[in-house]
Amino acid sequence: MLKTRIIPCLDVDNGRVVKGINFLNLVDAGDPVECAKRYSESGADELVFLDITASSNRRETIVETIRKVSEVTFIPFTVGGGIRSINDIEKILQAGSDKVSINTQAVLNKSLITEGANNFGSQCIVVAIDSKKVNGIDHVFIYGGREDTGITVLDWVKECENCGAGEILLTSWDKDGTKSGFDDELLAKVTKKVKIPIIASGGGGTMNHFVTAALHGGASALLAASVFHFGEIDILELKKYMAKNGVQVRLDI
Amino acid sequence: MIGIIDSKICNIYSLTNMLKKLNADFIIFDNPENIQSVDRIILPGVGAFPKAMENLSKSGLKDAIIQFARSGKPVLGICLGMQLLFDKSTEFGISEGLGLIPGEIIKIKTDLVLPHIGWNDLSIKPGCKILERVDNGADVYFVHSYRAETDTKYIAATTNYGELIPAVVYKDNVYGAQFHPEKSMKWGEIILSNFIKL
Repeated sequence: MLKTRIIPCLDVDNGRVVKGINFLNLVDAGDPVECAKRYSESGADELVFLDITASSNRRETIVETIRKVSEVTFIPFTVGGGIRSINDIEKILQAGSDKVSINTQAVLNKSLITEGANNFGSQCIVVAIDSKKVNGIDHVFIYGGREDTGITVLDWVKECENCGAGEILLTSWDKDGTKSGFDDELLAKVTKKVKIPIIASGGGGTMNHFVTAALHGGASALLAASVFHFGEIDILELKKYMAKNGVQVRLDI
Repeated sequence: MIGIIDSKICNIYSLTNMLKKLNADFIIFDNPENIQSVDRIILPGVGAFPKAMENLSKSGLKDAIIQFARSGKPVLGICLGMQLLFDKSTEFGISEGLGLIPGEIIKIKTDLVLPHIGWNDLSIKPGCKILERVDNGADVYFVHSYRAETDTKYIAATTNYGELIPAVVYKDNVYGAQFHPEKSMKWGEIILSNFIKL
């Protein structure tokens, strides 16, 4: 049986993990390499790095970070943030990343999804979607949640699938940071709409939230940040809990 | 010395990092020159079958790999590299493979989501050397939408995704892994170290 994946997400600014991982007794909690290695050894199934660097040399910095992470981390990882072209995708994959995630640019230029899939295979093109409810309807937001595209999430996931996306990383901005649970209702609609894996993000606060997002939402993978980084939820404990509650997970780490 | 075939369609950096961890020496080949000097080769790959075969044919590596395999030295195909070992594929029309293991590559028949992405467990038949010390039920990382269709005698391990999928295949000195050993933590490390010691 395919296992439901647990994915910690790390924000990287200028080569440093922001709000570092502060429970694993790391020598340097801001070092992406150290964080990635420890997570891979603690039962994480995959990692996502979100590059939030604003400076002009961002591409060089993140590529260098990926190279170093790839040397010591033998689980798959995805890199997102500011990817605008096929050339950007190629650089990141060549540095050792398994996948890239594209968010705003995918909306502005759908052909980037198709070209990325044609050039490197669907499996490495993840479309990240930020959703917010507008009058009860889930809309796609871009530019870091600042701009409403007016496109519904349900239409956009179908479009992404048709364009050749390999996976969808769906973040509910209504739920993000609330620790009140993933948006299981939206997940259930989306996972019925498309036949590609959905990574759920936003709202995971208790171990049971992860169980219901998998069982009721149908998510293939569950992503969270602070609950893992601050040690509020231990990944291995979480996976044991999920297994006990009927979700298949990888326990033999 | 391991020869890694660079078919120019995927990053081989993760694989070389795992080989470094295992203290294995390797050379990367993007053309057939001197390929017969290594004692084993790894053929990695992600992406589309026809493009990969086209690149291998153009560079002359296709014939070189076939010749290498016939000499009896070990060959390991990973993911798309495993699929290339077979006679042909139906991905984007019919295209010819390396023909080192009898069989063909077809789309996975399932109602489940595709690609088949993530950790899935191996059901292992005893007898294949690269699976020594790997537990039955070991979870390894898969990313693919196509699978091998071949005689059971060439299948050393399967995984279940709506149907049984060949996960490790072998014929004499030629081995293939549908999953990514270089991304599969300890089990992947054991499999690659077994291959290096063949």
